[in-house]
Amino acid sequence: MWDLCTNALDTAKLRGASYGDVRVMHLRQRDLTTKNGQVGTLSQSESIGLGIRVLANGAWGFASTDRLTRDGVAACAAQAVSIAKASALAKRSEVLMAAEKACVDSWQSPFRKDPFEIPLETQLALLLAADAEMRRVKGITLTETDMQFRKIDSWFASSIGSRIHQRKVISGCGIAATSFQGEEIQKRSYPNSFGGQHALQGYELVESLDLLKNAPLIAEEAVALHTAAQCPEKIGTLILGGAQLGLQIHESIGHPIELDRVLGQEANFAGTSFLTIDQLDQLKYASSIVNVVADARLDHGQGLGTFAYDDEGVPAQCTDIIKDGKFRGYLSNRETAHLVGLDRSSGTMRAESWNRLPIIRMTNVSLLPGAWDYDGLIADTHDGILMETNRSWSIDDRRYQFQFSTEIGWEIKGGKKVRMLKNPSYSGITTEFWNSCDAICKFDHWTLWGTPNCGKGQPMQTMGTGHGASPSRFRNVRIGTAFSNQ
Amino acid sequence: MKPAAKSKKAPSGASIASAELLSERELRRISDSVLRLAKSSGAEETEVHLDEVANTLTRFANNAIHQNVAEHGLTVSIRTVADGRTARATTNRIDEDSLRSAIEVALSLAHSQPKDARLLPMPAKQRYRSVNRFIKPTAALSAEDRARAVRRACDLAVRNGQVAAGIYSNGQNQSALGNSRGLFAAYRETHSEFSITVQEGPATSWAKANSADVRAFDPQKLAARAREKAHLAVNARELPPGRYTVILEPAAVLDLVGFLFYDFAATALEDKRSCLNDRMGKQLFGQNITITDDAYHPLQQGAPFDGEGLPRQKVLLVDRGIPRNLVYSCAAAKAAGKQPTGHGFALPNEYGEAPMNLVFGGGDSSIEKMVASTDRGLLVTRLWYIREVDPYEKAMTGMTRDGLFLVENGQVTGAVRNFRFNQSLIEMLNNVELLGPAVRATGEEAFEMVVPAMKVHNFHFSEVTKF
Repeated sequence: MWDLCTNALDTAKLRGASYGDVRVMHLRQRDLTTKNGQVGTLSQSESIGLGIRVLANGAWGFASTDRLTRDGVAACAAQAVSIAKASALAKRSEVLMAAEKACVDSWQSPFRKDPFEIPLETQLALLLAADAEMRRVKGITLTETDMQFRKIDSWFASSIGSRIHQRKVISGCGIAATSFQGEEIQKRSYPNSFGGQHALQGYELVESLDLLKNAPLIAEEAVALHTAAQCPEKIGTLILGGAQLGLQIHESIGHPIELDRVLGQEANFAGTSFLTIDQLDQLKYASSIVNVVADARLDHGQGLGTFAYDDEGVPAQCTDIIKDGKFRGYLSNRETAHLVGLDRSSGTMRAESWNRLPIIRMTNVSLLPGAWDYDGLIADTHDGILMETNRSWSIDDRRYQFQFSTEIGWEIKGGKKVRMLKNPSYSGITTEFWNSCDAICKFDHWTLWGTPNCGKGQPMQTMGTGHGASPSRFRNVRIGTAFSNQ
Repeated sequence: MKPAAKSKKAPSGASIASAELLSERELRRISDSVLRLAKSSGAEETEVHLDEVANTLTRFANNAIHQNVAEHGLTVSIRTVADGRTARATTNRIDEDSLRSAIEVALSLAHSQPKDARLLPMPAKQRYRSVNRFIKPTAALSAEDRARAVRRACDLAVRNGQVAAGIYSNGQNQSALGNSRGLFAAYRETHSEFSITVQEGPATSWAKANSADVRAFDPQKLAARAREKAHLAVNARELPPGRYTVILEPAAVLDLVGFLFYDFAATALEDKRSCLNDRMGKQLFGQNITITDDAYHPLQQGAPFDGEGLPRQKVLLVDRGIPRNLVYSCAAAKAAGKQPTGHGFALPNEYGEAPMNLVFGGGDSSIEKMVASTDRGLLVTRLWYIREVDPYEKAMTGMTRDGLFLVENGQVTGAVRNFRFNQSLIEMLNNVELLGPAVRATGEEAFEMVVPAMKVHNFHFSEVTKF
């Protein structure tokens, strides 16, 4: 692979590129699903190719190919340079890149059990057994299970001399039970909705989830939701479960801190951000107990945003985003770092595949654990609503106004969970919401959740991001908006 | 319509979109090769999907190009059947060893599962209706052509003290499907798109077009429209949330009603996750709502065959507000005692089928007439981040974006801060007062469809944001 990389970089230089970086990627994926006791999807795929990004005449060009021959790669590199020269026809300034040292390294994400070595029969048997456990519950009308495994090899080389090989193994698994009765569809998922939990782990992730124990529990809850009370509409106290809070972090902290959005580079599609550069070190983003980091290092955990180097060859880092409630940092790359006074990229450039350009993406954007014990938090809540497991999510294109609904809610009265609530939802303005946080549970209740489906960029790229979170409490939140008819 | 600027001589390698796709003969050769190898490996039946893309996209922001990309790729996806079991393996390597390896993976996956009692034989040779959506000028558009058009659009923004961002893309793609029962289908098309967001201070607006034929739209006209609306959008004032009459431009209609498409899948009804469960044949929407799925409509794109190789049929889904028909894959059709309609996804899958070429019936109104007929209402350019809140009532939430305007006494009188909506689509399609002509609309939440602008009363905005 290194020969292909060298060939591409040499060709680009010969054609006039002042900088180039190239990635060869080999992606392997296995997908298994069941529905109502039958196997649904059963497929495996692989894709290998090369993408090269160059600077020529002070502008960017990118081309990719699956023709991994000497001629195919050279043509691709030449095309990238031609495209860069075309870009220069509509440039307004020169691209400046923060300095970075060349790295030569090889890294593999840790895993105990290679999911591609586990017999398919074993994987399917577990899914079908969980499916059967859910279908045993009367009133369930649809059962679904899924597993997804990925193995990604990437060879990165750049014209500053970096040569980095990384191998990542990613696993994901989840189950869901749906009940249709009367004029209502209710659904419960485990351990999270929209495909379950995903992490930079091997098959040990699946084995840790205890699907068979949880399958009947969520199925019973899905049926019980039909007779549960409707979540009231009010301003009140809200406790979010860790998985839902992970998505709240993703949407209302992770996206607004992407510096490409802040600078208008995503204005046409993903949107911009309320976090204009003048807000850095000034904005009181959250209450003083809130600390958020963007951490791609293995020390933070095996999340979907964990790696050793980003797709510009910058080593993984931990960046303070919110420190004691104050806004402290953005996600940047080598091109944008200097615009916020940094002399180095924060290492967040990531590409979905060999045929996509690296762009600024979240790594693991996590809320650091607080001091509360979960039982203590519930006991301390006189009147509130606990919401768990996302059902829908939406936020404006500058990341101010959001609305989320969850699959299930619980009314808390006098420090106890007293009854189930259906159709829970809440809404708010990002900074008002985060400033209302008055309790965060401790590390014992903290999980690094995986969001496997973050879409951004044109052409669209789907990326996995990590979000560590533990159950937390928020005051004076608008609750029940989604089902209000006023 | 005038084409975007053409370049008479494109330097070598300037545009991969103008590169040649494989010939149909070459696709058939690869397909035959896979079928031969699979037979020798013990597959009882085999299906081959070939997909090739050659796409380019120029992206601009802050009045300059900041990303500019090209991709070329071919994938071979192989489904084998053995002993009543089926599975799929996909690769982008087409040498014989790689194809043989993919076949072995597909067979191994298939053998790992229980027998599937619903598995049907693959379809035999079919006849397809011819459609031509491969437009040479679209394929020939070069990186320089796109850059010059972008430059002109950005210069317009600069001259007006505004900031432009967007994309200009073009490409060509083809797909072929062959199976061991003699079926072979192939289709190629081109596509092009221009999208622009113009900012003036905190105000923004947007315009976008998409077509197989790059000559069907003029990037400079789109830029001029976005420029004008961005200027109108300054000094937005805040209105209280509540129920308003809205005039939805086609992109806003598309991104809302696009969420209905899967509800018309027979499998979705069988799974009891469609909003049409227990509602077929009833007056669910207003009598002015008629919806068809029609892959052959002149404003549609896409292959004339489905993922199983069956020819796509035109299906009347909603007739004057009454859901009449669903679409069926082979398996769903057999389960329901119906005929397949050519809307199946590639097997194996758990979703069955869906109509992918929705066409809404239009009317004889227009945005201008709708505005003129409105005492008080809101003109909506586009919607954003739409998600389903209640799957049976089809309640959706989302935001307005890039241009929300107040209409008073038949005129647009100013800009308004963006709202969040929580609105049932079923209710909305009962409240449609006026329809414009159906056009090919393109947004960001749903795939392209043919839909009209709509004037809708009692549309529910629940909250307001800060801009």
